[in-house]
Amino acid sequence: MRVSLFITCYNDTLFPETGKAVVRVLERLGHTVEFRKEQTCCGQMHWNTGYLREAVPIIRHFVDVYRDAEIVVAPSSSCVSMMRDHYMKAADLAQDTKLAADVESLLPRIYEFTEFLVKKLGVEDVGATYPHKVTYHTSCHSQRSLHLGDIPIRLLKQVRSLELLPLENPQECCGFGGTFSIKNADVSSAMLADKARTVLNTGAEVCTAVDNSCLMHIYGSLHRQRTFVRTAHIAEILASTAGAEGGGQ
Amino acid sequence: MKEQAHSPWSNRSFPEAAKDLLADSQIRRNVRHATNVIQAKRNRVVGELPDWEQLRDAGAAIRAHALKHLDHYLAQFEENCTRAGGHIHWARDAAEANRIILELIQRHAAKEVIKIKTMTSEEIGLNRNLQANGIQPHETDLAELIIQLGRDKPSHFVVPALHKNRQQVREIFQREMHLPDLGGQPEDLASAARTYLREKYLRIKVAVSGANFLVAENGAVCIVESEGNGRMCLTLPDVLISLVGIEKVLPRYRDLEVFLQTLPRSATGERMNPYNSIWTGVHAGDGPKEFHVVLLDNGRSPILADDESRQTLQCIRCAACLNACPVYHQTGGHAYESVYPGPIGAILTPQLHSMHEGRSLPYASSLCGACYEVCPVKINIPEVLIHLRGKVVQQDQKTLSGKLGLWNIGMQAAAFLFADASRLSLAQHLGQIGQKVVVSKNGFIEHLPLMLSGWTQTRDLRPLPAQSFRDWWEQREKTQQTPIATAPTSSDKTQEKKHAG
Amino acid sequence: MPDSQVARDAILSSIRTALRAPAGVDTAAIASEYAALPRLYKREGTMDPAALLDLFTHRLVEYDAGVYRTSAENIGSEVARILSERGRRRIAIPDGLPPEWLPDGFDFQRASRFGEHQLDQLEGVLTGCTVACAETGSIVLQNAAAQGPRSLTLVPDYHLCVVFAAQVLETVPECFARLDADAALPTTFFSGPSATADIEMTRIKGVHGPRFLDVLLVV
Ligand code: SF4
Repeated sequence: MRVSLFITCYNDTLFPETGKAVVRVLERLGHTVEFRKEQTCCGQMHWNTGYLREAVPIIRHFVDVYRDAEIVVAPSSSCVSMMRDHYMKAADLAQDTKLAADVESLLPRIYEFTEFLVKKLGVEDVGATYPHKVTYHTSCHSQRSLHLGDIPIRLLKQVRSLELLPLENPQECCGFGGTFSIKNADVSSAMLADKARTVLNTGAEVCTAVDNSCLMHIYGSLHRQRTFVRTAHIAEILASTAGAEGGGQ
Repeated sequence: MKEQAHSPWSNRSFPEAAKDLLADSQIRRNVRHATNVIQAKRNRVVGELPDWEQLRDAGAAIRAHALKHLDHYLAQFEENCTRAGGHIHWARDAAEANRIILELIQRHAAKEVIKIKTMTSEEIGLNRNLQANGIQPHETDLAELIIQLGRDKPSHFVVPALHKNRQQVREIFQREMHLPDLGGQPEDLASAARTYLREKYLRIKVAVSGANFLVAENGAVCIVESEGNGRMCLTLPDVLISLVGIEKVLPRYRDLEVFLQTLPRSATGERMNPYNSIWTGVHAGDGPKEFHVVLLDNGRSPILADDESRQTLQCIRCAACLNACPVYHQTGGHAYESVYPGPIGAILTPQLHSMHEGRSLPYASSLCGACYEVCPVKINIPEVLIHLRGKVVQQDQKTLSGKLGLWNIGMQAAAFLFADASRLSLAQHLGQIGQKVVVSKNGFIEHLPLMLSGWTQTRDLRPLPAQSFRDWWEQREKTQQTPIATAPTSSDKTQEKKHAG
Repeated sequence: MPDSQVARDAILSSIRTALRAPAGVDTAAIASEYAALPRLYKREGTMDPAALLDLFTHRLVEYDAGVYRTSAENIGSEVARILSERGRRRIAIPDGLPPEWLPDGFDFQRASRFGEHQLDQLEGVLTGCTVACAETGSIVLQNAAAQGPRSLTLVPDYHLCVVFAAQVLETVPECFARLDADAALPTTFFSGPSATADIEMTRIKGVHGPRFLDVLLVV
């Protein structure tokens, strides 16, 4: 399959290792990965902060870039949920029927990375080895918008040498929420403190998730507290082969 | 009409008010405990029903339908309630509602009234107004009694005093009921309330209530409750005045079969409320001889105009969204500075004020979606929050200070970058160089300037890596190498060493 | 025009404006829209009668109610036994209660003769019911024969309620289907004795309503 990678703006800028890991996994499974250089952002930051009109051109740009793609895969549940939950509304807001038609035709071809592996490819064992204690944080959009359910867990369970440790309240928000973490820094910090505490309680070395946004947030606290616990996007774990660690922050 | 709507408790923004509450460890402990208990109970009894999602669908559809034809159903309710012997009054705003209720009480020369918990009466500041006119209201719901005697404010609309623990309640009762020897067990406190109030039920002749549902088809009113204080107020006095928001109407009596399943399970985690009372008008030999319904608009009708946020009025006030909200868990209800706290308050409060008050509330959410997931009438709160944020931004952009504000400039700049990949790429390169001024010796960003400083007050930030993904891809294409299919490259390992905590 | 009329017209017209509603209400269209609302939830029960009564009993016991079973011919003697055990003699009763439910040796007093103050002095109340819901453990009372006005079952501290097996339905929708015919009557659902969880979410029995409930299930 020819998979078009939507890396997302913040992974592109801050977490290139995640992108490399996605490429590694997909190529290992025999697929061709392409990267369209014109890609920028899904528009989520603007949309969620209330800059709705400003988000529309960004969304239009996204749709233009991927119009003819066979499959689009993004290692971010929040960006994919932005597309599924809000792109139609953006088209309505702009009263742009052509955009609406484009969105309608494109959406079924867009997948979150783990969703793509399990739902589209039917693969759970991607041949990874990761000799670490890992705990999994269920990001909000992955469960409440994309309804990934246990898909990420199923993938992690197939990773050799990986010890999966359960997280208390895995479904509770880490407090990131994009610009929420800045506009409501105090409340966000309090939420993060709870999340970091539950992560530390597991005794895991690595906290993983399908979103680097949450992981960046969680790691911000783990690092500030000078703990030894790292975070790693699930793609980096799935890309890892024997003896080689899959990157991480 | 706008100026007469109730005002929020102060003009502090949510982040400011939240800061104070975050420093109150007692409140936070109490809130945490209460929300954990209700949530666990709620999840258990909701899990019992295989048709829960179908009940939500039906509930949402019925409420949306009722709102879509609200004028029709209100007129029908009015006609049927009147035919059954009730009296209908219409109040455009808080002042009008207060005036109507005061006149009705004065007509009976009553000096005291008993009250059942009603958020609408909080909304219009009824107690304050009655007291100013020489009438003493007595709250009869245990939690409301705690709030009233403690001169406090409700922080939740199902369990208004959940921020108080038993020691605090005991102190209030000891002081206000003159019971120095009162025990500290919940049973002691409840029994003190029983004795304190029973005399009032049997003596006071006018009661004020809210209502959970109005039924258009037959003019029925439905109130659900736990303690029996509601039944006391609804049946023993001669005169009953129910203050009800215009949005509360349901088309048919049998619609209750949906909401009397979803409301108790969502609100208190019980399969059914201990008591539901349903009645129409007045009934000879049973209950009040005089029954009044005051239908309150107070900012509701304009909300119907917005197709996106009209769903806000579907709310049946179960408070499940409060109990599920990770923001509410941290702050409790007082940080919202409104009668309606939590996620629903964050969308309802600013709309009741035509977006002139409570403008920080739509931002008081991480958009995690837990509220939408539990809402028994499927109000998509995150969607409405974003919609209202859009309104706030548009309002701000109309002012010069808003236009030149850091947020607007930052967002416009970001939109400019995202319009074109070459701009984004350039910004990445500039960032990689420019960040040197903020990166600490340990390789992390520990202090950020201006509005971004909130991030680094408790969190470190990893700096931009030396190479963006797009640059890496370009390099990979140029060299035509595909080393990544095997082991990590040496640059991977360097990165890892550098950033591993 | 009186004030209230002005306010009424203002609110209704504000609603119509907001809804962009066309002039004149098309009731037929609203009715057909209403009829098409999705109602895929469970309406009819599926349990067999024995399991249904067990579920109902279980729910009541969870609410700390006493549950007893008897046959139709033994109601009177069971009432006598339960009341004696509870040590309650002066009992209020509604109009229309079958005389055979009233054993000798007790002071049964017709409620229609009392005000609330006198009710407060009695030791309990004995009634029937309209319908009951097994799934939620609820009993529904209406102002009808053998049930009486609402205050009757509210003020006394003890309630003995006679429920016939045929009155016990599985689901809430089934109860509403049965209640629909007399929907205008004052109606009270009660599920266990009065309770509150307002203090630290601890369920406390009996705040204002009756604190003690016994149910006599007639099978
Ligand atoms: S918005 Fe939904 S969950 Fe929140 S109180 Fe209203 S009905 Fe309940």
